[in-house]
Amino acid sequence: MSGFLQNTFNGLVGGAFYALLALGLAVIFGMLRVVNFAHGAFYMLGAFGAYVLLAEAGVPFWAALVIMPLALGLLGMVLERAVIHRLTRLDPLYNFLLTFGLTLILQDLVKSRYGVQSSPYATPAELSGTVDFGLFDFPTYRVFILGFTVLLCVAVWWVLGRTRVGMVVRAATERPELTRAFGIDVGRWVTPVFGFGIALAGLAGVLAAPMRAVNPLMGADLIIVVFAVVVIGGLGSIFGSVAAGFGIGLIQAWGEAYLSDFPIVSQTVVFVVMAAVLLWRPAGLFGREEAPA
Amino acid sequence: MLRIENLSAWYGEAQVLREVSLEVAAGEVVTLVGRNGAGKSTLLRSVMGLHPGQRGTVSFADRDVTKLPAYKRARLGLGWVPDDRGAYATLTVTENLTLPPRVGPDPWPLERVYEAFPALYSRRDSAATMLSGGEQQMLALARVLRMGARLLLCDEPTEGLSPLLVQQVGDLLREAKQHGVTVLLVEQNLHFATGVADRHYLLAEGRIAEAMDNSEVRSRERELLAYLGI
Repeated sequence: MSGFLQNTFNGLVGGAFYALLALGLAVIFGMLRVVNFAHGAFYMLGAFGAYVLLAEAGVPFWAALVIMPLALGLLGMVLERAVIHRLTRLDPLYNFLLTFGLTLILQDLVKSRYGVQSSPYATPAELSGTVDFGLFDFPTYRVFILGFTVLLCVAVWWVLGRTRVGMVVRAATERPELTRAFGIDVGRWVTPVFGFGIALAGLAGVLAAPMRAVNPLMGADLIIVVFAVVVIGGLGSIFGSVAAGFGIGLIQAWGEAYLSDFPIVSQTVVFVVMAAVLLWRPAGLFGREEAPA
Repeated sequence: MLRIENLSAWYGEAQVLREVSLEVAAGEVVTLVGRNGAGKSTLLRSVMGLHPGQRGTVSFADRDVTKLPAYKRARLGLGWVPDDRGAYATLTVTENLTLPPRVGPDPWPLERVYEAFPALYSRRDSAATMLSGGEQQMLALARVLRMGARLLLCDEPTEGLSPLLVQQVGDLLREAKQHGVTVLLVEQNLHFATGVADRHYLLAEGRIAEAMDNSEVRSRERELLAYLGI
């Protein structure tokens, strides 16, 4: 029983990263119709930024947790204004290729300066040790990640669900053209929403730094699974992306724990789930068929 | 109120509208009738600023709006009622109604909307796509009235509705007209069209083929129905 609970906890922690990344991808896709392949690279930059801030300037984890999302959100807004919005009227494939190119540039920039080896990032002293849950002990840092991410998702859900800004974002995410026809300058919201999505990726990166190997390819390894999460949740569905993020985290953790004798199954279970969901509901679990306007 | 001059529109290489010119005076209700594919919906989308491939001039309230984006046209008082009713699944009924800013001199307060549409009030916290087709149509019309739109661009508001609901839509448009609202209406139901509209344009192969008044439409109803394939 304690083993199952521990695996469940691990799954929720892994799912927390998927949820943060998928949430950002979902709002960006919803409003811009851009499949942001560079999302994983911004996650990597969040982790690497935290590492560099600590190693070269002595900036602690808590400060990095604020600085990196803000800095990367700002960078995302600049990139959206400078290049991405120029291609939004074209076939979505163009922006997919653009963000793929951005990924390669960002990865190689980091590689050229820091190499490809993993860099260690110490867990903040306040969050070291374990928490005793009775049946099992769990690392304090992982408990923090889970609590922090759930709080963040609830805060985002509150803003999206209970404020006028959230109402406009939901409407523009669901049907951008229709929303324009109702007197709302969707374009005004596009840049901040893109920045917000990138900031979430950066935040996930900072959170990942103490528990995952910080290296230039860490985002590339993750982004494929995150795309599967977004597809399972429903492209553009904000709730679906978060729910699917935690769900896939659980499935992965249980698969690794109970199907360890069948590594092919445990490594591909996410994509099997994705294929099954697409066969059953082509728009994803919480997605809708594309509306006309 | 609305003047369209030499409007042409394309979908890729295919030309859908060919040099269309028409006018709708303030307080008038005018319908566009035509076969499927004649370009009626494209004409409404072009007036609303939602169709990128177009040439010609669109003026609203003596102001050239041709180069204005859709959201600025809406803020001037254009209200769009799309053919799919435009209900947001992620917004409640109340949120669907309050999403657009108030743009005109006489926007309906929410209380008045709910008084006129009790069914919407009873479902006000439900997702709008959970409403029936008729209720979604009422929502679409109520939304532009709440905006205070001065010109309604209604794309087949009676399609798929029961006779009772068609009558309600007619009553609503007549009431809006009484308050000085102008309406450009895409409609295939000729009986409904002659009941609410002042004039009619027949759109054929992207061109204005004929302009008709109510008596002409009534006297040629069988011929027109045969032409429309209804």
